[in-house]
Amino acid sequence: MLKISNVSKTFNLGTVNEKKALQNISLQLDEGDFVTIIGGNGAGKSTLLNMIAGAYPIDCGIITLDGHDISLKAEYDRAKLIGRVFQDPMLGTAAEMQIMENLAMAKRRGKRRTLKWGVTKEEKEDYVNVVKDLGLGLEDRLTSKVGLLSGGQRQALTLLMATLKHPQLLLLDEHTAALDPATSSKVLQLTDKIVTEQGLTALMVTHNMRDAIDVGNRLIMMYEGRIIYDVKGEEKKALQVSDLLKKFEEASGHEFVNDRMLLG
Amino acid sequence: MSLLLSLQGALGQGILWGFMALGVFVTFRLLDFADLTVDGSFATGGAVCAIALTNGVDPIISLLVATLAGFIAGLVTGLLHTKCKIPAILAGILTQIGLYSINLRIMGRSNIPLLRIETLFKGLANQTNLSLNMVVIIIGVIFAVIVIALLYWFFGTELGSAIRATGNNEQMVRSLGVNTNFTKVLALMISNGLVAFSGAIIAQQQGSADVRMGTGAIVIGLASIVIGEVIFGKKGGFAVKLLAIMLGSIVYRFVIVIVLQLGLNTDDLKLLTAIIVAVALTIPVIMNKRKQLSMYKKLTGKEIEDHA
Ligand SMILES: Nc1ncnc2c1ncn2[C@@H]1O[C@H](COP(=O)(O)OP(=O)(O)OP(=O)(O)O)[C@@H](O)[C@H]1O
Ligand SMILES: [Mg+2]
Repeated sequence: MLKISNVSKTFNLGTVNEKKALQNISLQLDEGDFVTIIGGNGAGKSTLLNMIAGAYPIDCGIITLDGHDISLKAEYDRAKLIGRVFQDPMLGTAAEMQIMENLAMAKRRGKRRTLKWGVTKEEKEDYVNVVKDLGLGLEDRLTSKVGLLSGGQRQALTLLMATLKHPQLLLLDEHTAALDPATSSKVLQLTDKIVTEQGLTALMVTHNMRDAIDVGNRLIMMYEGRIIYDVKGEEKKALQVSDLLKKFEEASGHEFVNDRMLLG
Repeated sequence: MSLLLSLQGALGQGILWGFMALGVFVTFRLLDFADLTVDGSFATGGAVCAIALTNGVDPIISLLVATLAGFIAGLVTGLLHTKCKIPAILAGILTQIGLYSINLRIMGRSNIPLLRIETLFKGLANQTNLSLNMVVIIIGVIFAVIVIALLYWFFGTELGSAIRATGNNEQMVRSLGVNTNFTKVLALMISNGLVAFSGAIIAQQQGSADVRMGTGAIVIGLASIVIGEVIFGKKGGFAVKLLAIMLGSIVYRFVIVIVLQLGLNTDDLKLLTAIIVAVALTIPVIMNKRKQLSMYKKLTGKEIEDHA
């Protein structure tokens, strides 16, 4: 499905700010893998997702998705196959446009934009049903501007938009981090439901170790631009937060000092 | 009586310049791109139209050819911005400056009179018994209906939606698989096409094209947009917004006629226009602050000193 081979990325090469964000990363995902990624600040989690999505060019290495080499493809081009939800709820939707219009644009992922109507009549009815499943009461507000929604509602909508066309790969970068605890767990549940129901292949960065263990079938820990731990299946399910902390200390040689990751 | 006649003239002018304002709206409001190509592409429209007319091309075809020239001007700014990564304002300025020379090349001199040429307006005035002012208004309204209908339709299509979304959240549009470089270039082309169309129809109306006819056009366009928004509000559907800009352009011309009547020097018009834009852009900010303050007073239930 997704295959990353020897990918590296250094920011500000040759300056005092030089930062090796990814160091010779290799990773292979099977179809239907739902992988959670944890790691301290600056470990390279976001960079990894950005490299897969094509936000910045990679320095070296090869990324293939569904058998196609996408290493050098433009971001918009890869987006035909990849759905994304960002940490910032503002980034995933167009605030000045209606909920319906946002959904309609997501519905056309991977298609050429033509001179046909942006939102057709039949679609409108579909969207009522799709949005109803979110259980947020948005079905009556399809023509409201997205800017009027709360962060949690926007994030749920973004998730819906990212998965509306059944993407080959779903990338989630701390997509619940900016939400209050109740909303955050609601969006996480929704994520789990959508990914499982559709059998999507997904990568989810989280700073909550508990979530990382509970959700998905595989877990990756990153440290200083490397993958230092990769566990799946039953072994993953049996993990405890303390196990992850120990792993981290082994790899880094010092104690884990980020309480944000512990408390979530 | 003369004021009424002037206002009638202003109405026609307002409509014809309104096409330029609609063009500016496409970039300034929809794409969120401050495009300074406008001053150049407006004159390009006039220049191309004048040359076409003097070469015996039909007045309507001349308008279309001028619009095409505007598309190309927008294309250049768009490529400078997206391919060469030149910041929006600078890309527009570069095209604008370049167009000054190109416009002179097109015309072969700095001014082309169209006195002996059968323009759209003279044609209709000769056939009917209407005054030239009336003819300008009639033709202006016909084109306004066509242009606004076209814009309304286009920005409701998949492609048009993608352009609006690009101005709103570029990152999101890219992550939905749309090439935002393409949508930006397209919007700039449409915008400058409209601007050039406006320049062309103005040239026909005033009976000449001049290399300097576009100077300050961008500010006039902005003035029309903000006047329209202040008077008619930012709310309402897309059609209302487009109409509000047309009306804003007309109101702007009325204001000009009135202040000139009151004895303002024509040399001071540009300053006045700049002030109108600055004031109109400030009004919403002040209104917001006031609303916030009155809400605060209401909710906290005590009078506070108004420091603002
Ligand atoms: N655009 C950029 N320019 C320069 N340096 C960058 C850029 N993006 C990331 N970095 C650097 O690369 C390193 C990895 O950053 P990254 O954002 O991938 O970390 P992360 O694991 O997502 O951390 P966090 O948990 O804080 O989100 C950091 O040191 C960061 O400062
Ligand atoms: Mg990050």
